[in-house]
Amino acid sequence: MQTSTLVLLLLILSAAAYRAGRFRSLSLVGGLRGARNLHSLPGYYGLLTALWCAIPSLLILALWHAVDGRIVTQMVVAGMSSETQALPPGQLSLVLNDVRNLVAGAIPPEMASLEVQAAAERYIRLDSLSRLAAAVVCLSIALGVGGAVWLRISPNLRARNRVETIVRGALIACSTIAIFTTVGIVVSVLFEAIRFFQLVPVTEFLFGLQWSPQLAIRADQVGSSGAFGAVPLFTGTLLIAGIAMLVAVPVGLFSAIYLAEYAARRVRAVIKPVLEVLAGIPTVVYGFFAALVVGPMLRQSGEGIGLDVSSESALAAGLVMGIMIIPFVSSLADDMITAVPRSLRDGSYGLGATQSETIRRVVFPAALPGIVGGVLLAISRAIGETMIVVMAAGLGANLTANPLEAVTTVTTQIVTLLVGDQEFDSPKTLAAFALGLVLFLATLSLNIIALHVVRKYREQYE
Amino acid sequence: MSDTDLGPAAVENAAKRTRRLVEKSLKRRYRAERRFRAYGMLAVALGLVFVGFLFSSIISTGWTIFQQSYVQLDIRYDAEVVDPAGERDEQAISTADYSALIKAALRERFPDVEGRSERRSLYGLASDAGQFELRERVMADPDLIGSTQTLWLLADDRVDLLMKGKIDRDLPEDQRGLSDQELGWIDSLLANGRLDLRFNRAFFTNGDSREPEQAGVWGAVVGSFFTLLVTLLLSFPIGVAAAVYLEEFAPRNRVTDFIEVNINNLAAVPSIVFGLLGLAVFIQLFGLPRSAPVVGGLVLTLMTLPTIIIASRAALKGVPPSIREAALGMGASQVQTVAHHVLPLAMPGMLTGAIIGMARALGESAPLLMIGMVAFIVDIPGGLTDPSTVLPVQVYLWADSPERAFLERTSGAILVLLGFLLIMNATAVILRQKFERRW
Repeated sequence: MQTSTLVLLLLILSAAAYRAGRFRSLSLVGGLRGARNLHSLPGYYGLLTALWCAIPSLLILALWHAVDGRIVTQMVVAGMSSETQALPPGQLSLVLNDVRNLVAGAIPPEMASLEVQAAAERYIRLDSLSRLAAAVVCLSIALGVGGAVWLRISPNLRARNRVETIVRGALIACSTIAIFTTVGIVVSVLFEAIRFFQLVPVTEFLFGLQWSPQLAIRADQVGSSGAFGAVPLFTGTLLIAGIAMLVAVPVGLFSAIYLAEYAARRVRAVIKPVLEVLAGIPTVVYGFFAALVVGPMLRQSGEGIGLDVSSESALAAGLVMGIMIIPFVSSLADDMITAVPRSLRDGSYGLGATQSETIRRVVFPAALPGIVGGVLLAISRAIGETMIVVMAAGLGANLTANPLEAVTTVTTQIVTLLVGDQEFDSPKTLAAFALGLVLFLATLSLNIIALHVVRKYREQYE
Repeated sequence: MSDTDLGPAAVENAAKRTRRLVEKSLKRRYRAERRFRAYGMLAVALGLVFVGFLFSSIISTGWTIFQQSYVQLDIRYDAEVVDPAGERDEQAISTADYSALIKAALRERFPDVEGRSERRSLYGLASDAGQFELRERVMADPDLIGSTQTLWLLADDRVDLLMKGKIDRDLPEDQRGLSDQELGWIDSLLANGRLDLRFNRAFFTNGDSREPEQAGVWGAVVGSFFTLLVTLLLSFPIGVAAAVYLEEFAPRNRVTDFIEVNINNLAAVPSIVFGLLGLAVFIQLFGLPRSAPVVGGLVLTLMTLPTIIIASRAALKGVPPSIREAALGMGASQVQTVAHHVLPLAMPGMLTGAIIGMARALGESAPLLMIGMVAFIVDIPGGLTDPSTVLPVQVYLWADSPERAFLERTSGAILVLLGFLLIMNATAVILRQKFERRW
């Protein structure tokens, strides 16, 4: 039986359970007229029955699905010849892939070996058996548990309270998903990174100056060593993020000051949303813009004045990333500036200061902590930004501070290492997770500091 | 202080001196004021210039996408080619060589073309897509065999570039990509009205292709739809439930504080890290299929949850306490209060937040690269586990292609993407204006 059919069946069953529970509660007290003798509204009795009918069976089904593929595969392997079982894991998984392709009909049966054909038949048999068993187990649980609750319905059953307990439990479960996500990120990245550090020492990764993750297929190949010194990636990331901040901070800050302090209300109402459009544009569009518009343009203008600009220069990626971050800086700075109390400005004007003097000497220093927090958040975004650098920055790890040359970044390398085929036992794939760990830790600490600074500043004037 | 024993004249002198000093400095200070103001205006102008430049460069390369070059040919459905056995056998008809029909039509048009290589370049004027269209027509109506039809068929991408003025006719032959001879044929077709720009149906109905003139966004649009469907179905209920718990039920203690810190941090974690999580957990650990919208949807769910939770909490905060007190006072339980009164009132705000979160998810591509949604996929995905790609990733793939004609496709796909984003954001704005309540 198909899983979707089974789920549908379970849902129909619980709908029926709702009707049955509601009907039973009413019939126990002699119809609607006796409903006041019930502890809860009749619907709650139905709901309680339906929830008990659906939730346990669906949970079991999900659990079944999580493990059944693995168990079936293991049983198929156990049924194969001892030579096949003795194969190293890599080759065994190739054989199993053949089996799966055969089952899915992706390859014609004539092309597979006899053993694979037999395994495929076994696979199909076990798989249908597993599906059937799942259907039987889930349906009987739904009927059994639902029936037991249905039998226990009585006018004194506190159905509403029980339903509400279940609802509360569901709400709590949903709100803990944030924790599980964080834990999932930390565990998955950390786990693979530790495996990487068993192959490559941490010190070499953090302080090495050579990055060439390409591993040779043959041992005697030139450059087969594969070097994992990540310093060029860190400097490249910082270079591009630095250029981005050089664009975003002045433009963002000054436009925030102008819009908050000088601009007429109507001008502000038009210009602010237009600038915020920049924040809503997908990063891949910026990547396109950097790689195919700004990059060639910089290269041409560089040729015009006799400079050799790489077509994947850090400058192009950094400039466009800066444009992307402008609205981020300006809206945060705008919040901070408008949060400075009117009385401070009035005091400054009263002493005869001009508007710009007030802004520079009074408003800006007062808003400074918040603005610093905002800039830190912006830096964290610049470091973690992926698409712009993947499309517009280079791939070669270049240890340089020249913005006209091509550099590569942490995120670019993660993408290049992981797109395509992955082998989870090669340092090449695992290196991406080590880089991910560095990225996660760096942005996490920036975020924590920034959020702390911003919150502290907000409290100051509230 | 020493100046207390100064006479009135000295005081007046000092005042005059101060005034003189101030007046002398005023000019400088006003200049500084104007300069500062100019900086502000410059910054705003720069921002606006960036917006304008970004959009104009995308629109200027992409607006031609709505049209595509088609060549009009008199196709004779030669029974010898299509159905040599004459049995109208479906198998035979579907495997016939339909490109021969197009070639014959081109030969008929230019009868004086001789030689293998010249003929091959003549055949190159029409796209490969034509033969599939002919096959579909014959499969749908076998009676066509033996008759002649005048059809508009897709032209090659180089012809299209020339028609749209993206190939300069004045370039030397070897840099142009089109030979003088081919140019002659094109001019002859143009003069007879047999080559024209028509509405580009292929772009809006096809999947990806290696041939620029056949590549379309529909496959990516469907992939995006499935991915967002999963994202919406998971992240909206979960996000709302989490927000309701944190805002309405949760006691203030360390656990809830920890949850809040987590949510705030997740909102600022780089999206690519979610891709790493998806790869390690959903694909490696759970063994879910690669390149599937269901995995993409799961990853994007985790990514958009913080946005939706934060927006939903703000919406719940906006419901005044008097509503809750009134409901509780009438004897409703806490769950009933929330479900019957608070949630409906907060729903517009939550929906707005959800739409904005979905718009972000629609534009996201970095985490999807990690889980294999960058594959070259020709077929339109038919379900949640079919391999597929999404719109922004399609943009990324085309931007990487060396053929010049893909530049227009890339911009066109960006225009489609921005169109969807515009619709979503406009819906959110309208929703907010229509249902926003001031208490």
